[in-house]
Amino acid sequence: MKLTNAVKRKLIQIAAFGFTNAHLGNFKSGSLYKGSWKQFCAPGLNCYSCPAASFACPIGALQAVGGSMEFQFSFYVVGFLLAVGILFGRVVCGFLCPFGLLQELLYKIPFPKRKLPKACRFIKYGILIIFVILLPIIATDYMGMGKPAFCQFICPAGTLEGGIPLLLTRPKLREVIGSLFSLKMCILLLTLLGCMSVCRFFCKAMCPLGAIYGLLNKISIYHLEVDAGKCIGCGKCAKACQMDVDPVKHPDSAECIRCGACRDACPTQAIRLGFKKKP
Amino acid sequence: MSSEKKRIAGRWAARIAAALAVVLFLGLGIWRGEPAIVLNKAINICMECIGLG
Repeated sequence: MKLTNAVKRKLIQIAAFGFTNAHLGNFKSGSLYKGSWKQFCAPGLNCYSCPAASFACPIGALQAVGGSMEFQFSFYVVGFLLAVGILFGRVVCGFLCPFGLLQELLYKIPFPKRKLPKACRFIKYGILIIFVILLPIIATDYMGMGKPAFCQFICPAGTLEGGIPLLLTRPKLREVIGSLFSLKMCILLLTLLGCMSVCRFFCKAMCPLGAIYGLLNKISIYHLEVDAGKCIGCGKCAKACQMDVDPVKHPDSAECIRCGACRDACPTQAIRLGFKKKP
Repeated sequence: MSSEKKRIAGRWAARIAAALAVVLFLGLGIWRGEPAIVLNKAINICMECIGLG
């Protein structure tokens, strides 16, 4: 098998999935990894209640600290997200996010394919502001603690990676299944169907982590460049892009996951992806 | 300065500002003990995350 860039990317995604979820034995016992590595955030979206999870989820961690009694803002998690975002931008989405890999695999299933209306891209920013930032701070209980609203009401990764495996292995947890679980299962099913129909549906429409990294795409050191001298305006790059971005018009688009599909499609090698600026 | 050079200079200024914020935020967050909050949340089953909270 030839090691094309697409194959290399898939191998990196699989390795990242394995590294982020290294404790596979915990699926059998229904326990969680409790080691000190969990004080560090994974760069991609991966529920920390997944039995195999090696690290904390950055969105979960953001809400945990923001909703805590002591603090309303997490310098630690925001600092981490800024560091990853400035270096890589949404490369994390394209190469390192376990849920991103899952979405790409789901899209391969034969199912009617559709394009997402452009306006739906803005939903993820609303989810970020309301569910991830504001609600854990504002909607607090009598002790002053806020709930992780995105995790609680929306996140399909939590339901899939954490909820289902834990409920299968821990009968006592099944006794407290209620309407919230039904809601989350509906959201999970709709998300999975969406991912089968629209490439990276969750990334495009719902992911608050992608929203954060996307905003940093404009200044990230790893970036995309189009050589105007080589570009012949054929449009093959835009056609190849699974995130519906035109790299020539918007090389720093907040939607670009830096997968390299445009670079590989370009007949004149006008597109570069990397850390260094073209000399 | 041409507009392209201004754009590049602005981009680098933003990167440097963000890098300083990274150092400051990480230092402040670690000093406040936030990693312990993250660890405590991550090693226990998050009932909200799995749809039971």
